[in-house]
Amino acid sequence: MSTTGAKAPSGKVIKMIKRSFLMATVAIASLAAAGTAAQARDQIQVAGSSTVLPYAQIVAEEFGKTYSNFKSPVVESGGSSAGLKQFCQGVGAETIDVANASRKIKESEVKACAEAGVKDIIEVKFGYDGIVFASDAKADSFAFEPKDWFLALAPQIVVDGKLVDNPNKTWKDVNPNFPAWEIAAYIPGEKHGTREVFEEKVLEAGCEASGTMEAMIAGGMDKKAAGKACMQVRKDGKAVDIDGDYTETLARLASNPQGIGVFGLSFYENNTDKLKVATMSGVSPSVETVASGEYPVSRPLFFYIKKAHIGVIPGLKEYAEFFVSEKMAGEDGPLAAYGLVPLPANEAEEVQNAVKNETTMGM
Amino acid sequence: MADITADPARTRARAWNSDEARARTRKRYAAERRFRMYGIAALCFATAFLVILFTTIIGTGWTAFLQSKFLLNVTFAEDVIAPDGKRDEQTLRLANWDKIARTALYQVIGANEADRKERKDANELLSRGIDVQLRDMVLASPDLIGQTKPVWLLAQGNVDALLKGAIDRDIPEDRRQLNNRQLAWVDAAVDKGILAKKFNTGLFTFGASSQPETAGLLVAIVGSFFMMLTVALLAVPIGVAAAIYLEEFAPKNRWTDLIEVNINNLAAVPSIVFGLLGLAVFISFMGLPRSASLVGGLVLTLMTLPTVIIASRAALTAVPPSIREGALGVGASKMQAVFHHVLPLALPGIMTGTILGLVQALGETAPLLMIGLVAFVVDVPSTPLEPATALPVQIYMWASSAERGFVERTAGATIVLLGFLFIMNALAVFLRRRFERRW
Repeated sequence: MSTTGAKAPSGKVIKMIKRSFLMATVAIASLAAAGTAAQARDQIQVAGSSTVLPYAQIVAEEFGKTYSNFKSPVVESGGSSAGLKQFCQGVGAETIDVANASRKIKESEVKACAEAGVKDIIEVKFGYDGIVFASDAKADSFAFEPKDWFLALAPQIVVDGKLVDNPNKTWKDVNPNFPAWEIAAYIPGEKHGTREVFEEKVLEAGCEASGTMEAMIAGGMDKKAAGKACMQVRKDGKAVDIDGDYTETLARLASNPQGIGVFGLSFYENNTDKLKVATMSGVSPSVETVASGEYPVSRPLFFYIKKAHIGVIPGLKEYAEFFVSEKMAGEDGPLAAYGLVPLPANEAEEVQNAVKNETTMGM
Repeated sequence: MADITADPARTRARAWNSDEARARTRKRYAAERRFRMYGIAALCFATAFLVILFTTIIGTGWTAFLQSKFLLNVTFAEDVIAPDGKRDEQTLRLANWDKIARTALYQVIGANEADRKERKDANELLSRGIDVQLRDMVLASPDLIGQTKPVWLLAQGNVDALLKGAIDRDIPEDRRQLNNRQLAWVDAAVDKGILAKKFNTGLFTFGASSQPETAGLLVAIVGSFFMMLTVALLAVPIGVAAAIYLEEFAPKNRWTDLIEVNINNLAAVPSIVFGLLGLAVFISFMGLPRSASLVGGLVLTLMTLPTVIIASRAALTAVPPSIREGALGVGASKMQAVFHHVLPLALPGIMTGTILGLVQALGETAPLLMIGLVAFVVDVPSTPLEPATALPVQIYMWASSAERGFVERTAGATIVLLGFLFIMNALAVFLRRRFERRW
């Protein structure tokens, strides 16, 4: 482009620039229009637990396939707490309709919801998930008791009747039947709902079984404080919090084959060739043993619906009914095939009726 | 000075051909050689990592472009699809498509239909997405009903993983995703030629899915396209206009200095902050829909604007003042001088900067997290107001999925994203080479 050549495109350039200014104006105008159009959302919005995410994805996909008149719901993840927080932001098309949670909604969250105007919440329990303990596929298998985990991970344990800083360095120190591996436990981080279950069903149970709880109470702590102290995890690097998802835990095990990871049952079922599962209290985890209650470490999975959105967001009630239907959440459905532990028949029927009648919490 | 020259030893040392001087020269040359070696070592180090990155990604990802499919003689039996003779969309939608595909499968692999366990094993060989595949065929041409036609149907993700070697055959049956019977069926089908790997068009035509074999990038590609369009339509005019004003018209005073510093600061703000801003302004205040690619585009526009302004200003500064003065000298107004002479000459630089800004925006995930674009979206959006995802987001979501098939798809999607980035960077280089002027 010479100086003389520069003259030729200049007309074009001006036109182009003028046109793009015009387009920008149009775009901004359409923004304003969109603001008003946003009131009419025709797609269900779901957010919450990453444990529930795969199930919600399967249902969303099948829902879109089955109902020609509704669009497939949009599912976000991000954790139970984050999902419920979004859920409690208020009522209206710009807020989400359904929150997935791998734990029950807390009192404080219900309160926060009510303050923002989300008063009628329908709670739906759709199944159970087991929490499994697994090591690398090539490693030895373990037979854990909750006590072992407590003794391995607690910051303080009782030795000779006295509370001392946890002296255990290897799994062999914890239980003579275990190999002399350096303790390296990859446990879910505190933002995960799984962590709460792990604390309650494994650490606290182990605390009681090992007699530490008793020693704490005898040492002058009240019951509540002792319970809280039981759920603490040592901070010297032997217990590693995983804030990502199970694929990260799997990668950690691959790099440290003497580590032990905590996984969801469904993740394990999809990676049986890479992981060796440990038994807990003598029971091997499976859909059957979790369903029967034999396997001790499991938790219910929920989703929460805003009643105010039913009838406003098209397909919301149908989605909820479809989710808990026998076809989806039943024993032969795709959710069970993925690793969900279905509700027992009578409980499932109760839930289906509750969804049908739009029974809200606290009614 | 005098006593320096008086010192005979020093005089010798300063002579150019003395031993000391030669030693110093050698030392200087050695230092230069060492510096060059450091440079080469640094380059090799960077290249080695690039090579490792590309080989791992392409090594794991190339199989994502192939997909295992069964060739089945499917009979579109009228009594299964539309028993009451009705052929409206709802009937066809709810028809038992799985059954006609499965019947065809039982025949070729010789499965005993009466045995419930065996039937279940056989069903697990076919993808859950085949019903959509068959339904769309019939919806497109209803004449198929009553005919028999060979169709390539998607195999289930584990079958695909087995054919690609991602599932170990030698581990015990109870820990393998496919049991011995299924393994035998798969091997027989491969021998017969009715199970083969075909080019995976689905990777580009499907939306999100919970199963790897029916998961594709279309929603992400469309979403990224809408976002890039929004960014190009908003960031370019606004950014270029701001740059022209600041560079050519604005008085140089404290205020413009302050603005300049702030633009530079804005370019360094972590991208997640723009996401928070987008959530507060566009979704909560303006009421735009969550998960919409328009909102993503707006947030990315905010993020790209400083880059565009800085690049445009640099390009405008690079145009020599003589051009402006010449134009003004022959009687052009300031605006004419800028738009007729300076801007056309600065345009290649502006475009290069803009494209690099777009490339940066295309690879961004963090700001999209807050505004709901990290989501599972099945339906392909037709407007920027409908829910969508973006390419890097899809990579992130696939990376955290449990199924084996998503591992290769994560790498496959990375290849696609890298492809787009490569094309855009090449375009920037081309524009620079083709139109750039040096003075």
